[in-house]
Amino acid sequence: MTNAEILATDPGWIIAVKGLLVFAACVVLTLLAIWAERRIVARMQERPGPNRVGPLGLLQSLSDGVKLALKEDLIPAAADKIIFVIAPIISATTCFMAFAVIPVTGQVTLFGHKTVMQMTDIPVGVLYVLAIASVGVYGIVLAGWSSGSTYPLLGGLRSSAQVISYEVAMGLSLVSVFIYSGSMSTSDIVAAQDKWWYAVVLFPSFVIYAISMVGETNRAPFDLAEAEGELVGGFHTEYSSLKFALFFLAEYVNIVGVSALATTLFLGGYHAPPGLGFTESWLGGWFTAIWFFIKVAGFFFIFVWLRGTLPRMRYDQFMQFGWKVLIPVSLFWILVVATLRVLSQQGTSRTGVLIFSGIVVAIVMFVNVAFDNVKQKKKNSPRPELSKPDFAVPALPNKESDHV
Amino acid sequence: MSEQIEPRASKDVDVNNVEFVPVVSEGPASLFAQLKGFWLTFRTMFKKTLTVEYPEVKAPTQERFHGRHQLNRHPDGLEKCIGCELCAWACPADAIYVEGADNTDENRMSPGERYGKVYQINYLRCVFCGLCIEACPTRALTMTNEYELADDSRSNLIFEKEDLLAPLRSGMLMPPHPMYPEADHHTYYRGEVPEAHPSQEVKK
Ligand code: SF4
Ligand code: SF4
Repeated sequence: MTNAEILATDPGWIIAVKGLLVFAACVVLTLLAIWAERRIVARMQERPGPNRVGPLGLLQSLSDGVKLALKEDLIPAAADKIIFVIAPIISATTCFMAFAVIPVTGQVTLFGHKTVMQMTDIPVGVLYVLAIASVGVYGIVLAGWSSGSTYPLLGGLRSSAQVISYEVAMGLSLVSVFIYSGSMSTSDIVAAQDKWWYAVVLFPSFVIYAISMVGETNRAPFDLAEAEGELVGGFHTEYSSLKFALFFLAEYVNIVGVSALATTLFLGGYHAPPGLGFTESWLGGWFTAIWFFIKVAGFFFIFVWLRGTLPRMRYDQFMQFGWKVLIPVSLFWILVVATLRVLSQQGTSRTGVLIFSGIVVAIVMFVNVAFDNVKQKKKNSPRPELSKPDFAVPALPNKESDHV
Repeated sequence: MSEQIEPRASKDVDVNNVEFVPVVSEGPASLFAQLKGFWLTFRTMFKKTLTVEYPEVKAPTQERFHGRHQLNRHPDGLEKCIGCELCAWACPADAIYVEGADNTDENRMSPGERYGKVYQINYLRCVFCGLCIEACPTRALTMTNEYELADDSRSNLIFEKEDLLAPLRSGMLMPPHPMYPEADHHTYYRGEVPEAHPSQEVKK
């Protein structure tokens, strides 16, 4: 039985319980994630990190949350009140919705009912996740716009531009997964990875997805939307109290969300790593959830690692990287994958595939060399003489001026 | 007059004739060099943290740390401060207020003529530069290593003479009391007074 068939037999109350579980898991994961991030980044900077509240500081984010909730809730006079209130709600709700199609476990029994831990399985599940993610951007844009203040507006603009451009790359990186698995449903894609994870088979897609998911979630080094040094707090500068907490929650649930999607699409989802397949039946199938969360935690660690290591990118470099590198590369990669797929479906011989691969490698090398040549030429060419401006300029401190 | 003014240093090095070095931009570092950064942060995770858990653990300060001031005493308990106000004049932050008064035979706080009657340091102003210490001719004023000087009211941070005076150690007597027998202020400054003499005790 496929997941979709199993899920079709779910009674309503099971779906409700699952929804509750997803929500609870996301909130608890967020609290843990904030704590873990602060601890890990701190260790990377030779600090212990929060260690005062509760054992190992585990309750720190909980107490921060309570503190946030008890703060005065300000709405600036210049703000567009209704949208100002709606924006964080959009952000926070959409990020939870993505989890509806993520399969967290294999077959398990929940209250005596055979099911899988996935709320619903739609044939275009991954597209649904992408769509939900782009609705989430509205939260950020509207927050920036409705604040009635400059920095939030700039932050909102930046982040919308950023999320839109990286969503293109992200979507393109997923195309090869669709081509390879022949499905857009998350559970089918997981099932198609029972032999080889797509992170191995479709390594370039995996890399592109991994990069664009950092851009998509506005995280360091791509956190231009809330660049403290430039934009105060970015789009949430004017927010306080619970509304700010909602944005915070949305950010972390989003991180968990894209990590969960990456796990599902590239790391075999809830399946155990190769060689450990026997663990999948432990605890009546619930053990698969542990594999799932280990993989998600791995992605989360990478998020934190990036934040601890890399400085923030400059905005134009960031956009250039998205449009001029990620998108062309993923387009080319889709071409290659699609051709290979067609070749293998038409039963072309090994040699045919090998010849094609050889041609691809040759093209890549040629382009690489050509790029390098252009760069070298640019470097060696003499700098153009600047023409004298025809307006008055102050004297430069050079040989002609006495007053240095 | 103007010839006597020394030429500016910039003229000496002749800024107009420095060689121009073109700025070379290497471009992005190699992938390996960039990955080294990741290794650095990863490795740091397993290092010992540098944090001092302050209220529970107090790390000793440097030996010559500039902390709270202290008004010292001679070995017999008389105060060293002579109320000269030099510290107050030296203070760039105007943090010290001194009022001197005459010593009398009945009320002797320090050897010699004068003593500091009122002595206040305002720790809201003090920048802990130590200029007052340098100015003090009698070594009456020195600094301790004590740094816990936070409070929640302004008036509490103006330290009075009682707050600043060094404690009485063994062999010291609480002034006012007469000087050491046969000693004058020179003897005191030369450090020839070992400790309080029984005759210095004042009957109350
Ligand atoms: S340490 Fe400096 S600022 Fe403080 S009282 Fe002495 S002279 Fe004034
Ligand atoms: S502390 Fe020193 S400088 Fe200040 S009044 Fe007393 S003797 Fe003079």
